[in-house]
Amino acid sequence: MTDTTTDSNVAPASGGISLAEFFRSPAAGAFMGFVVVFVVFAIFGFSRNFLSIPGITTWVNFASLVGIIAIPVGFLMIAGELDISTGAVLPAGAMTVAILCGHYELPVLVGILGALCVGALVGFINGFIVTRTEVPSFIVTLATLFAVAGLTLYLSILFINNTNSFYHAPDWAKALFGGKVFGFNSSVFWWIALVTAFYFFLHKSPKGAWVFALGGDQESARNAGIPVRGLKIGLFMLCSICAAFAGALQVITFNSATSQANFGLIFNTIISVVVGGVLLTGGFGTVMGIVFGVLTLAIVTQAIGFTEIDRNLSFLIIGVMLLIAVLMNDTFRNLATSWSTSKKK
Amino acid sequence: MSDKQPVLELRNVDKSFGPIDVLHEISLKVGEGEVLCLLGDNGAGKSTLIKTLAGVHQPTRGEIIMDGAPTTFSSPREAQERGIATVHQFGGTYPLMSIGHNFFMGVEPTKGFWPFKVYDREKANRIAVEEVQKMGITRITDGDRLVGGLSGGERQSLAIARAVYFGARVLILDEPTAALGVKQAAHVLRIVNEAKRRGLAVIFITHQVMHAMAVGDHFAVLIRGAIAADFRKGDKTREEIADLMAGGESMADLEANIEGYMESHEGHVPPPVH
Repeated sequence: MTDTTTDSNVAPASGGISLAEFFRSPAAGAFMGFVVVFVVFAIFGFSRNFLSIPGITTWVNFASLVGIIAIPVGFLMIAGELDISTGAVLPAGAMTVAILCGHYELPVLVGILGALCVGALVGFINGFIVTRTEVPSFIVTLATLFAVAGLTLYLSILFINNTNSFYHAPDWAKALFGGKVFGFNSSVFWWIALVTAFYFFLHKSPKGAWVFALGGDQESARNAGIPVRGLKIGLFMLCSICAAFAGALQVITFNSATSQANFGLIFNTIISVVVGGVLLTGGFGTVMGIVFGVLTLAIVTQAIGFTEIDRNLSFLIIGVMLLIAVLMNDTFRNLATSWSTSKKK
Repeated sequence: MSDKQPVLELRNVDKSFGPIDVLHEISLKVGEGEVLCLLGDNGAGKSTLIKTLAGVHQPTRGEIIMDGAPTTFSSPREAQERGIATVHQFGGTYPLMSIGHNFFMGVEPTKGFWPFKVYDREKANRIAVEEVQKMGITRITDGDRLVGGLSGGERQSLAIARAVYFGARVLILDEPTAALGVKQAAHVLRIVNEAKRRGLAVIFITHQVMHAMAVGDHFAVLIRGAIAADFRKGDKTREEIADLMAGGESMADLEANIEGYMESHEGHVPPPVH
């Protein structure tokens, strides 16, 4: 790197991805964390089939369901909000499919659509309350978490007199939503498709910047003519719709649904997002970072059985990882803001 | 005052919030290529006046005249569309976003076709850097840099350049130099002069008399929601203005009081008045 400023007044717009650019992106920390965890687990798991097909599919399949939800949760965090109602929306979506298709024998697409509508409704309520009141989104979604969980239990008993339900999807639907290719569930492919779409939305489309603006400075965003309320409600809806969709995929994959709230999911999504380099205070983060965060979490929680590392240590590893990630995020943010022009090629 | 028609004029504007009167019979005007300095201490009603100019509040009485025609701004958006740009103390920028993104926030340039329309990063960065450099900030050369890494003065400059680029005719600068060091403030004052040279009407709000004197053509001192003094450049000295801002006579009274107190209390100062 040189200290001389460029001769022309306007520096050429840098194209492509340079190494330096990568290292100042918030995804860098998440990627390095993933590599470290993968290598360590691969070393300890070499004799225990960590690198075999079942070894890999176990954590990738798990990652896909968490990941489908974690990315929109990450969007909300970038926009300065938190959504923990996902833990109730996923079982609500799953039960909707199971009740509509399993019990009432409606077509599978009706069930999935029903689940997505349930998600959209919960998301709308979350977004509406958050944008119209001063109540922090953590409290609002905590309330809807319990409300939706309770309602799911109540309605399950009311409709089918059972908190669990079973559903066998027709073959084509099973193949599309719950099949296996080389041990990878369909949800993995859905996740890849969604990651592509979300990546395009956040980092390529002109609207992506608006999400960052919400978390950066909401007042300025409003002054700049960004529909703050609409966008925020949209993000909450997206998040709940994705949670409900993950629920639908789960039912079709495992043929069963439970109406118990999935509290673990809440922690998993938020840990993934934070480990993925999204700033808790909003305004900063990447889709690829979240993807690596999800994969790291999945390895530590799911693949530990394929290694010689004691299974009971997985929570400890996650706790340490989360702390390191939060500390690193600050460093990366400072690195990113202090990066000066003179260092470019 | 020049013979030219002012771009923006307030005539006898009052603003009350319920029973509380904040602004009393404010009359101001600002023309093209002119800098009007609004001076006032904290609580003098400066913010309310800015918000009234920017369309956040509507005047209770009196009228706003733009280009000779009475106008009402029902929203900040409408005021912006009519060419009134407000730049706040911290520039209204997003520290963790790039210069290009900050510059084009809300009106991102795109390329490609729907649904694959993408944000045109090169174009945004190029225009943003060019515009900022035109305002005399040559240190900014990379549109990908995050705004958080810029100095306070550079952020202000970016916000002003943005307003100019998007066709602002009236630039309202709310305490742009308040949080800045001497050098940075000089920077911003240069930018204000540049905006003036380009024919913008600038309303410069400050409580730093020095800064006002450096760029202002016309001064108005605001005290308790009313215009206490209104004069052209060179009509008053710095001390006179500072005195006016602090409430004129009451300042002199306060000084006399303190001196009297010190004399009778062995050099101790009186306890502060709450």
